[in-house]
Amino acid sequence: MSTTMQHPISPPAVREPPVARRGRWSRAQQAWRQHWQLYLLVIVPIAYFVIFKYVPMTFNVIAFKDYSPVRGPWGSDWVGLRNFQLLFGNPVFAELLKNTVILAFYLVLASFPIPILLALALNEIRVGWFKRTVQMVTYAPYFISTVVVVSMTILVLSPRAGIVNEGLGFFGADPVNFLGEPGWFRHIYVWTDVWQTAGYSAVIYMAALAGIDPALHESARIDGASRLQRIRHIDLPGIMPTAVIILILGVGNTMAIGFEKTYLLQNDLNLGVSEIIPTYVYKTGLLNADFSMATAVGLFNSVVNLVLLLAVNAVAKRVTGNGLWR
Amino acid sequence: MSATTKVRESAGDRLFMIVVTLMLVVVLLVVLAPIAFIVASSLSSADAVNAGRVSFWPVDFSLHAYHVALSNSQVLRGYYNSLIYAVAGTAISVTLTVAIAYPLSRRTFFGRNVIMTLLIFTMLFSGGLIPTYMVVQDLGMLNTRWALLIPNAIGVWQVIIARTYFATSIPEELHEAAMLDGASELRTLRSVVLPLAKPLLAVLALMYAIFQWNAYFDALVYLKDTDLMPLQIVLRNMLLLNSNRAGAADLAQQMQALQLANVLRYALIVVSSLPVLLLYPFVARHFTKGVLVGAVKG
Repeated sequence: MSTTMQHPISPPAVREPPVARRGRWSRAQQAWRQHWQLYLLVIVPIAYFVIFKYVPMTFNVIAFKDYSPVRGPWGSDWVGLRNFQLLFGNPVFAELLKNTVILAFYLVLASFPIPILLALALNEIRVGWFKRTVQMVTYAPYFISTVVVVSMTILVLSPRAGIVNEGLGFFGADPVNFLGEPGWFRHIYVWTDVWQTAGYSAVIYMAALAGIDPALHESARIDGASRLQRIRHIDLPGIMPTAVIILILGVGNTMAIGFEKTYLLQNDLNLGVSEIIPTYVYKTGLLNADFSMATAVGLFNSVVNLVLLLAVNAVAKRVTGNGLWR
Repeated sequence: MSATTKVRESAGDRLFMIVVTLMLVVVLLVVLAPIAFIVASSLSSADAVNAGRVSFWPVDFSLHAYHVALSNSQVLRGYYNSLIYAVAGTAISVTLTVAIAYPLSRRTFFGRNVIMTLLIFTMLFSGGLIPTYMVVQDLGMLNTRWALLIPNAIGVWQVIIARTYFATSIPEELHEAAMLDGASELRTLRSVVLPLAKPLLAVLALMYAIFQWNAYFDALVYLKDTDLMPLQIVLRNMLLLNSNRAGAADLAQQMQALQLANVLRYALIVVSSLPVLLLYPFVARHFTKGVLVGAVKG
């Protein structure tokens, strides 16, 4: 869909009465002379989106084909839904889906409310330096790379010299091999994620809180409302629209949870709970070169993701009147 | 500030404030503790670290681990590569982002809503890993530096931030004035708009540079040649491979490697995060602004 090379409309400037034909024509020419450069400017970025975003979408056809690298995505033979039948019939699939869904919903449940609480708490603080310090510090982990966060996690939780086990030892508990026990994997994944992103996510809520009319707080105070009451009746409704949008995006992202971190946290011992759809796609697709099957898994994942997003958006709009779009 | 007309706080409110403050202190400590542990360990002697004697303060202060880390050829190579990716990637990304965001911010630009919808759709639905890989392969980018610079060059979120900035902080009158003076669109962009958009350019550059510096997934997928690997992949190989395979390796061999390997890990974490941490105070201010600008009006 190339909608880029349309004629530009003339600027909505002064509309003179139709004088001479020549004057009008030269104005149109001038408008084009003014604007053609804007169209020139967007050509490369548009080409980027077509090539790297929209062409791959069409390559999803190989999920319905027996992909042969020699014959290309369009020349390969159709196999209908065979790849999907194989996938859904595979006992691994149920495990994958379960792991993905549990991890994803756990992540949303934990990482949605905490930034809100953090922002509400920071909003109450009037001591400037303390507020700034907390903000600066909680914001910082967002800039640490996934590789480093995972390495830190492993070192901090190490049974031999990690600080957590040192602490447990102080209270006389036996060291726990956190990364070796499958039961710990989800907690580690989710809470390190909260550690890394809560401060960053809180910024958006801080902005929403800053936008609330101070007069509301003022009059509530005069009416004798306590801080807690003001948070409940002024602040929370004030950030509601923002929160709903963040929640929708969070749920809509459910199935797209991080390949990056899961793959790094994975080991032979926790594979039973840590193998999720994205890591499986990487392994079957690129390591085992089964392009068609991996694409089928990936397509299934993207479609579920999109459906979830649309569903949550519809529900949110019904319930709160807020949605991603009008 | 209404310090003089302050309404007297009730006992309940004072208690509430104490609870909130304590809570934030706990949050502060929870965020800082792992970082302090890593830094302290990296500055301690190998013996102290291996014996688990280090908590939040260096024990037997030593810079040995840093010396080893910074004289490792793989690490230096990774540093060099990441620097190239960060600089080149940022230049490409910022240029392309401005090139699409600026026209999209102009009300006289026909087709802007269609283009915007097409961009936002890519945030909701993507082709997926394998199809994208196939495109990169078909373009002959596999195992070249381009694979890390081009396929993720433009972020839709960054386009939204830039478009909002151009639309809200460059008054329409300036465009008209430039036009009356006979400036072309590109001339207006270069001589009028961009000089006024320096804060935006800084935010975009920082976002893209940090993205490039921290990325490892694309390198894992698209690169094979060890000479091209960015720092994050080098780190992954040194820090993670075989470190979390608990109890798998032969003990005697492990003990030998472990002696230094452990401290080295802490030092590597610090060394690799240092550029970002040094930029951070500067970054944070602008980032917050960028996030806010993007959040105010999607």
